[in-house]
Order: sequence, then C-alpha cells, then structure tokens
Amino acid sequence: MLQSLLSPDFFNAILRATTPILFAALASSVASKSGITNMALEGIMLFSALFGVIFSAMTGNFAVGLLLTMVAGALIGLLLAFFVLNLKTDEILAAIAINLMATGGTVLLMLAVSGDRGSSTSIASVSAPKIVIPLIDRIPFLGQILSGQNLMTYLSLLAVIVMHVFLYKMPLGLKIRAVGENKNAAESVGISARKIQYIALILSGVLASMGGYFLSGGYMNMFTKDMSAGKGYIALAASAMGGDTPVGAFLVSLLFGAAQALANMMQLTDIPHELIQMVPYLTTLVGLGIYSYAGLKRRQKLAGK
Amino acid sequence: MNSAKRFDMFRMFFSVLIALLISFVIIFFVSKEPVTAITTLITGPLKSKRNMGNVVEAMVPLIFTGTGVCIMFSANQINLATEGGFHLGGLVAAAVALKLGLPAGLSPIAAICLAALAGAIFCTIPAVMKIKTGAPELVSSLMINYLSLWLCTFILMYALQDPSVGSASYKLPAESELPTIIKGTNIHAGLLLALIVAVLGYVFLFKTRTGYELRLTGENESFARYSGINIVKVVLISQMVGGVIAGMGGGVELLSPIYSRFSWTSLLGYGWDAIIICTLAKKNPLYTPLAALFLAYLRTGASIMARYTDVTLEIVQITQGIIILLVVAEQFLSGMKHRMIAKEAKASLKEGEVA
Amino acid sequence: MACLDNKIVLQMNHIMKIYSNGVVANEDVSIELKKGEIHALLGENGAGKSTLMKVLFGIESPDEGQIFLNGQETTIRSPQDAINKGIGMVHQHFMLVPSLTVAENIILGVEPKKGGLFIDMEKAVQEAEVIAGKYNFDIDVRAKVEEIPVGIKQKVEILKALYRGADILILDEPTAVLTPQETDELFVQLEKLRDNGHTIIFISHKLDEIKRICDRATIMRSGRSMGTYEVKDISTEEMSRLMVGREVVLTFDKKPAAPSGVLMKVRELSVRNGQGVLKVDSLSFDLRGGEILGIAGVEGNGQSELIDSLTGLNKSYKGSICIKDTDIEKCSIKDIRELKVAHIPEDRMTSGCAGNLNILENMFSNQYTDPDYSGKILLKMKKIQERSEELIREYLVKCRSYKQNVGMLSGGNIQKVIVAREFSTGPDLIIANQPTRGVDVGAAEFIRRRLLEFRDAGCAVLLVSADLNEVFSLSDRLAVMYKGKFSGMFTDVAAVTEEELGQYMLGLKHQEEQEGVIYE
Repeated sequence: MLQSLLSPDFFNAILRATTPILFAALASSVASKSGITNMALEGIMLFSALFGVIFSAMTGNFAVGLLLTMVAGALIGLLLAFFVLNLKTDEILAAIAINLMATGGTVLLMLAVSGDRGSSTSIASVSAPKIVIPLIDRIPFLGQILSGQNLMTYLSLLAVIVMHVFLYKMPLGLKIRAVGENKNAAESVGISARKIQYIALILSGVLASMGGYFLSGGYMNMFTKDMSAGKGYIALAASAMGGDTPVGAFLVSLLFGAAQALANMMQLTDIPHELIQMVPYLTTLVGLGIYSYAGLKRRQKLAGK
Repeated sequence: MNSAKRFDMFRMFFSVLIALLISFVIIFFVSKEPVTAITTLITGPLKSKRNMGNVVEAMVPLIFTGTGVCIMFSANQINLATEGGFHLGGLVAAAVALKLGLPAGLSPIAAICLAALAGAIFCTIPAVMKIKTGAPELVSSLMINYLSLWLCTFILMYALQDPSVGSASYKLPAESELPTIIKGTNIHAGLLLALIVAVLGYVFLFKTRTGYELRLTGENESFARYSGINIVKVVLISQMVGGVIAGMGGGVELLSPIYSRFSWTSLLGYGWDAIIICTLAKKNPLYTPLAALFLAYLRTGASIMARYTDVTLEIVQITQGIIILLVVAEQFLSGMKHRMIAKEAKASLKEGEVA
Repeated sequence: MACLDNKIVLQMNHIMKIYSNGVVANEDVSIELKKGEIHALLGENGAGKSTLMKVLFGIESPDEGQIFLNGQETTIRSPQDAINKGIGMVHQHFMLVPSLTVAENIILGVEPKKGGLFIDMEKAVQEAEVIAGKYNFDIDVRAKVEEIPVGIKQKVEILKALYRGADILILDEPTAVLTPQETDELFVQLEKLRDNGHTIIFISHKLDEIKRICDRATIMRSGRSMGTYEVKDISTEEMSRLMVGREVVLTFDKKPAAPSGVLMKVRELSVRNGQGVLKVDSLSFDLRGGEILGIAGVEGNGQSELIDSLTGLNKSYKGSICIKDTDIEKCSIKDIRELKVAHIPEDRMTSGCAGNLNILENMFSNQYTDPDYSGKILLKMKKIQERSEELIREYLVKCRSYKQNVGMLSGGNIQKVIVAREFSTGPDLIIANQPTRGVDVGAAEFIRRRLLEFRDAGCAVLLVSADLNEVFSLSDRLAVMYKGKFSGMFTDVAAVTEEELGQYMLGLKHQEEQEGVIYE
C-alpha cells in the first residue's frame, strides 16, 4: 500500500482526479470573485458530461465536441445569469433548479438519444487524447507523472494560469473583482455590474463544462446517470478554501484530488467499497471545517480576544 | 389581501402554468406520441381509485421534507441535508423493524421515533459545524448527504442484507407496517401523521416563542441578535427540528405499505423536492399539503405516462426546476407589479389632496 | 459670482419618481443649472434630494418628467450614460473598492491598456498623478484605499469623476463625514473647480455651508421643489422655513437635570474592531439616572464600537462595564436587556427592524418572553395585537394596520416603531445612537421629547449623535469623542460654543488628561 502511494502512478492518478474538481473550482472562483455563488456547477458538469458524449459522437471529433460542450456550458451559465441578475431569483434556489433539471434532463436526453437510462455505452463517443510530452516523459518519476495525461488535464493546469492573469492583469478581471467586492462602486463609474456578472457566470459555465466534459471523455469514456456525484459541490468548497483565487483553488483541488485518488486506490484493498466512497466527501467536510475554524480564530484574534 | 400578496398568488399560478407549457413542448420534442403522453400525464391520476391513491401516498414524504425545509429556511439556515436525513430515517426505521422484534403497534412508533432522532442528529451536524467553526451549512450539508448515502448502503450491505435478493434488506415484519386507512389503496396512517406535522409546523413557526425567534433571525439576523435572541440556539434548533421531521418522513415512508424492504441505494431526491414544496408554500408549513398535492399529482401522472408511453418520469424534474426558477424570480412580471403599486400610490396621493 | 455667462447646462422638469414599495420620493420637481455655478440642493433627509440625483445620474428612471442637457432633451439610462454625458457623482457613501489602490480605483472602467489586453499599471499611476496634480490634490496614488483616511477617500472620489471628464459634478452631502478643516480644504478645491467652468450640485442640509460656498439654491420639501433662490438674497431663516415649513424648534424647555445614583460605570474600556484597529482607547465614565450624557464627535471615532460593547453586541473588549452593579462581561444581550436597558441602534435597517415582517412582529422582539405576551411556549397573540395597536396610536405610527410590513413604511415611521418598541419596556437606561437620523422633523421632535420625558422620570440616557443641534439641546453633560477617547467633557453645555466643540472633535484641543481620569 505504502509503496503504491509513493509510486508515480499514484501521483499521476492525483492529477487525473484533480482535473474535474479543478475546472469546477476555477469556475466557482470566477463567479465568486464577481460576487455570486455558483452552486449550479454540479448541474452544468452533469449536463456537459452528457453533451460531451453526444457532441463528440455526432461530430466524430473530440475537439469539436469539446467546443460545442463549452458553448452549451456558456448557455447554461447565461440562463443562470438571466434568472439571478435579471429576474432576481435567489442564486442558491436558481442553482438548485438547474441542478434538478440536469438530473432529470440528462436521463431524458440520454433515453431519447440512446434508448438507455443508465449509461451511454451505446453511443460511440470520442474521448480527448492522452498526450505524451517529448523529453519530459524521459525524466524518471516526474516524467511518469507529468507526461501521458489526458489533454483536459493539461488544459486545466493551463486554465489556472490563464485565469490568474485574467483576473489580476486584465481590465475585465479588475472589473470582475471590483464588482464582487463593491458592486455600487463599480456601478458608480459606469461599469454595468450586471454585464460583468453575466460575463463571469458565462465564463464560469464554460469552465464547469470543461470539467464535465472530462468526466465522460477522459476520466471515463461514457456518461452514467448522476456521474458528477457532488464534484461540483466539492469544487465550491475548494474554491472557498482557496480564497476564490485560481492558485488557491488549484492547491485545494489537488488536496481533494488526492483524496479521490486515494479512494480509487483503496478499492483494491479489502476495505468495504461503501466506506471508501465516503473518503472524498469526508475529506472535503473536514477540510472545510479546519479552514473555517482557522478563519474564525484569525478574526477573533484581530478583535483582541 | 393587499395588492402585493394578490399579485404574488397570481404570479405563482402563472409560473406553474408556464412550467407545464414548457414541459409539454419538451414532450413534443422527445416523444413520438406527445398528445397521448400529455393526456396521460394530466388525466392519468384521476383514471382509477388506485391512481388517486398513489397521488395521496406520494404526498406523504413531500409534506414531511417540505415542512422540515420550511422551518430551516424560515430561520435562513440553508441546510440541504433533508435529503440525507430522510435517507437515514428510512434506514433506522428498517433496522428497528428488523432487529428489535417489537410487537405490532409499538414497532412502528419506536421505529419512527428513532428515525426522527437519527434525522435530528444528522441534520444538526452542519449546524454544529457552523457554530463551532463557522463553516457554511450549505456546503457541509451537501457533503454529508453523500456520507449518509454511503453509510446507509454500508449498513444495509453488512447488517441488513438479504443475500437472496442482492442489495436489499430482509423483508420487514408485518408488525412494523403502517396500517392503510382507505381500503383499496395504499393510503396509510403516515398521511395523518404528515398532516399533523404540517399543522404543528405552522403552529411552531407562527404561534410559539421559538418559532418567532426563528423567523426573526431568518429575516434579519443582526436585528434578532440586537433584540437579545440567542442566534446559536436558533441555528441549532431550526436545523434539529428540520432534521426530526426529515428523519420521521424517511421512517414513515419506509414503513408504509409501498416498501417491503429497505432497498435505497441511491438518494431519492425528496430533499430537493422539499425545496419546491417550501417555495410554493411560501415557507408556511400549513400550505405544504397543497404544494405536495400538486407535485404528487404531477409525479403520479408522469409515472403513469412513463408506463404507457415513451416519455420518461424525469420530465417532472425539469418542470420542477422551471417552477422554482419562476416562482422565486422576484422580477418576473415585476413591470406589472410596479404599475399596479404605482397606480395605488397615485390614487392614495389624490385621496390625500382631496382630504 | 463665477457664472460668466448665464448658459443653462441642465434642466430637469417635473420629475416624478415612485419606488416599487409605493413611496413617492419625487412628486413634481424641477431644477435648472447654470454653467460654472455651485448650486445647492437643500432639503431635509427624505425630502427627495438623493432620489432626484439618482434620476439625474441614471441610477433610477423617473416615472414622469424630462431632462434637458445643454438645451436638448435627453434620457439618462445608466450611470455610464450619465458619465458619457459629462455628469459625475460623488456619493454620500464612498463608492470605492477597498482592496484596490487609489490609482486602480481612479482608472476602474477606463483602464489604460498595453498590448491591447493587459492593464498598463505604470501609465495608470502616471495619469492618476497628473490629474491629482492638476487640481492640487495631494494623494499617494499607490496606496490601497482601505488604508487611507476619509478625507482622502473623498478626494479620490472627486478625482474619479474628473478623470472621466465630468462637467457637472454632483456631491451628495460631501461634508457629512469631514472635519471642519477637511471641509475648508474641500471648499477651496470646489471653488477652483467652479472657476475652471465645472458646474457643481452641492447636496446638503447644512445652511451655513450653503451660505459659504453656493451661488444658488433649490430647496426641496417632501418630494416637491420649493423654488430656486440666489443664496445671497435669502436668509438662513428663510431657507430653513422653506425646508421644514416652520421654524425649527430646537430649544426645549428643559427642567434642570436631577441626577441620581450611578446606573452605568465604564472603566478602562478598550475595543478593537474586526481589523484589529484600536477604536476605543481605555475610556472611563459614569452615567447617572436622570441625566442625558451626549457624545459628539466625527463619525468613526469609536462611537459605534463603544455602543456595541455597552449593549453586549461586542463581547471582545478589555476593561469593565457595570450596569446597575452588574458586570456585563458574562451577560448575553438578553441579560443586558433584562437590566432594563433600551437601545436605539445606529442603522435602523440593518439591526433595528426586519423589513419583511409586519409592525406587530417588529414591536415585540425585545419583550416577547414577557409573561404578559407569552406563556412558556405559545405567544399570547391577542394581547400582543392589542398592545401593538396601542403603541401605534401612542407613537403616531402612520400605517394601515399592524399587519403592514415595516419595510413599506417611511424612514420616520420605521424609527417610531423602533422607538415604541424600545421605550415600551419602561427602561431605566436608554442608549440612543443617532436616534433621529434620516427622520422627518415631526418624528425627530417627538423622539427628542420622549427622551427628555424619560430623563425627567429618572432614566439615564446615553445619546450619540452626529447632529450637533441635537446633542447641544438635549445633553446635560456633553462628551466629545476623538480617536477612541473623550477629548473633552463639558458639564455646562450652554457655555460651550460650536466652534470650540469643533476643535475638540478634530483633536486640536484636549482637556488636560491624567492617567485613569474618570468623568463623573
């Protein structure tokens, strides 16, 4: 067991397990920075996991499939934005509504497309390829971790950098942060907070959809009912614990990814499968507790007690 | 009733109507026999006594979880652990029924009480975490739902499983089953309990000291604190009471004639349904039976439709989603509302000038 | 004065605005501005000044009326639209993003770019410095906004508007949070802007300031315009008459105070705020029954933190607070209220009421556990209803019935609901923080009279107010709070001049301070 924990395969698996959470955590952080909690991540991921399968099968091309899935993710983000920003629907309830529609809608759609209610095995989808990075793959140990990952995993790492630059070096990022921190201030200089939050939620939808796409086109090679299994919610916690910054979200996602990878590996042991399934959620719960407690203590200390 | 309230009612009915229309449009897209499907959906539940019975049975868990959520949401505790609490309640009731061997009469009472206790403890976890660490109950409650699912499945597989059927418990003894109250249907004593819970929930929220504290905290926490209300107590009690009701609901559902074994290996979604019940009931438990009737009717209609046509049951979740989106949308039809209120204000302005 | 030509730059005609809660904020308001003037918009809180300006700045859309800009009819759809049309606004509550720098705040929304995609931070800093230099504003543009003092924040606000090319500048009660010195500095800069051809709308209800700096004044009262006047031709008495409709009665025929025993004893109280900044600095004082102790001071000098500690809202303080010989360190807010302490909070909407609950529900939040109104479990609804109807009558709350939601009432009526609730328990100690802020004259006078009645009945009153007239006319003793300490304590309130008080408020003057001095 210990030996397999130190093997490059395990670290490789961590990165793999981190990917969907990371995409969703980045999605959550950009929404949070604009002042909105995007709990609909879960539903967007679930929808996108199915869309990924359908679109890539339809076009026979993973890249086009991914692109179409991202467009669909953007549209769901837009829908959420419309209700939250224009119709003033409570953002949590709107998200619950979207997640409900995802649970039902994916089954409905899958049944319509494949005639199966449980999984999409009958659809010939195309997954994103694994990429071997020349030279790096020769490095012992490290090469086995960093090379040979799914394309989406590399994209997720790239997304961390892109999102960091976007939020902290670009005008739109500045506006998003301003709107999230003091909406009235941003509006007073003519920034349309609504427009900015629209953009943030659409972007959030796109990022979440990439995470969803990976679930059925990388992590697995098919769609199964309810396959997001709370990853969107875990990502919410990851983003919050990472201070809603891309780099912070990345670090916490790695931790949760490690928990998932560990759970996957424990499947090979005698520990009951049901208990192993609890590991990612338990890790998130404990992590959230510790993080919140530290914040609470810090605030109390500042107040002088 | 003032114009604002009248308007809210109108908007709710209008929202439900739109949601149904959109669902029908979807049915037209996915079905080869859309007209049959929609007719079955609408009229199916009325076709037989049995079907009508199904509607009423389906109301029971919805009233329970809906009332629980009304109470938690009234205190502005966005705890979504009703789902897990309900699940755990079902498991505990099954375990009590199977393992304690109590006589008829006592068995369901003990099972439901312990299910309620389990639900209470479970739903209080996010509350305790919030109080002790400041972790938001929203995220922690989402996490523990999955813990509940896998813990229950674990206990099912390792303690209650009937090896001859796979992932289900041994058959529940007849002593534990809730009696039916209307012959020819499965409508059971749990319905009465659900109605009592809804009424008690209303009395609790609107007529008791603690209920008043809950609502005050829910509307404005700093006002409640300033008034001398113990917020920690409100956070704890609201989620605990919500949990009691959720757990009780799970127990009642499992002991109803609908189930003969504990076989829940995935979350049933009653916790999420509770959100729409609470939304339609405007956080007033007294209205949860009405909201539950609506949703149960829709559900039953959909499952009949799924049986006889090519449209699946899950269409209801889409309808539900749209209803939540529209009913909670403050600005939906707000132009109309504004015109209505502006008209009233202008009229009273004129009155003032005359006087 | 500086109105070189009498060119009209802006006209707002017959503006009507009704909010969706039914409040008619502007009924029929007209105003016109000349180029290069400082135009006062004068009116009491709630007269509709802010709403009118929100309409002008595109934040609210009017239900009726037209706007003419340089003679052309126009509609202003959004703040962006207003900015594009050369209108800038400095809000009463600063519109700054605390974690960003001064320069970032100034360029926000109109960022200089490099490479087409990225913010050119160097250029931003440069441009901010240039514009600050042009108008003689002495500011470190690289400082984070959360770290600079209030006076500077306001300058940042003005710079923001100027950077965007504002010709018409709206200043919403700009001096409310400033010290007199900062106010002087601001006025010099405003005159300079006027001389440069900018038109300034100066919203205020401080008559002396309007006399000092404004050319013309439009006076508003309860949503209507009472006309526009040349400031030099109208007396302050006349302005005040137009503003409130009658002479303001601020001299109460007070009986001399008859202080009894000490009801509250505060010793060496120190409080830090959430950011760890020391806001109350080892403060000691006593408060006796039958007296009103007024606390004056520029906002933000520790008054809120002091009140929060006295009322139990903040438990992390050092030192001791005794109310009626009970040390409240271990007391909950409820325990403190049970010592017969009433508290009128600073901000009625955040902590004074729940807007979505009805009047009845808002009137009993501090006494629903009273055996008169509830048993161990159930509330006695009938008694509560009767009592709230009684209170509505007694406190002249204008409403349809106790079932009306508090959020639908006007500010003054909401305050009356709060005061009715707090006073109806028969308190021995009243802690009143800005009890008449944003309240119409009638309600304010009503509340002040009530405070005096309670004091005459032997109640101790601690009054924190930014309204100097109020503290002057009500207080039996007057303390001035500056940087968490009492910079002055006056037992003969009538002998203190406003000017002298100002110097204490600014920390220019301190009373001889001894270690551990106790004000009794």
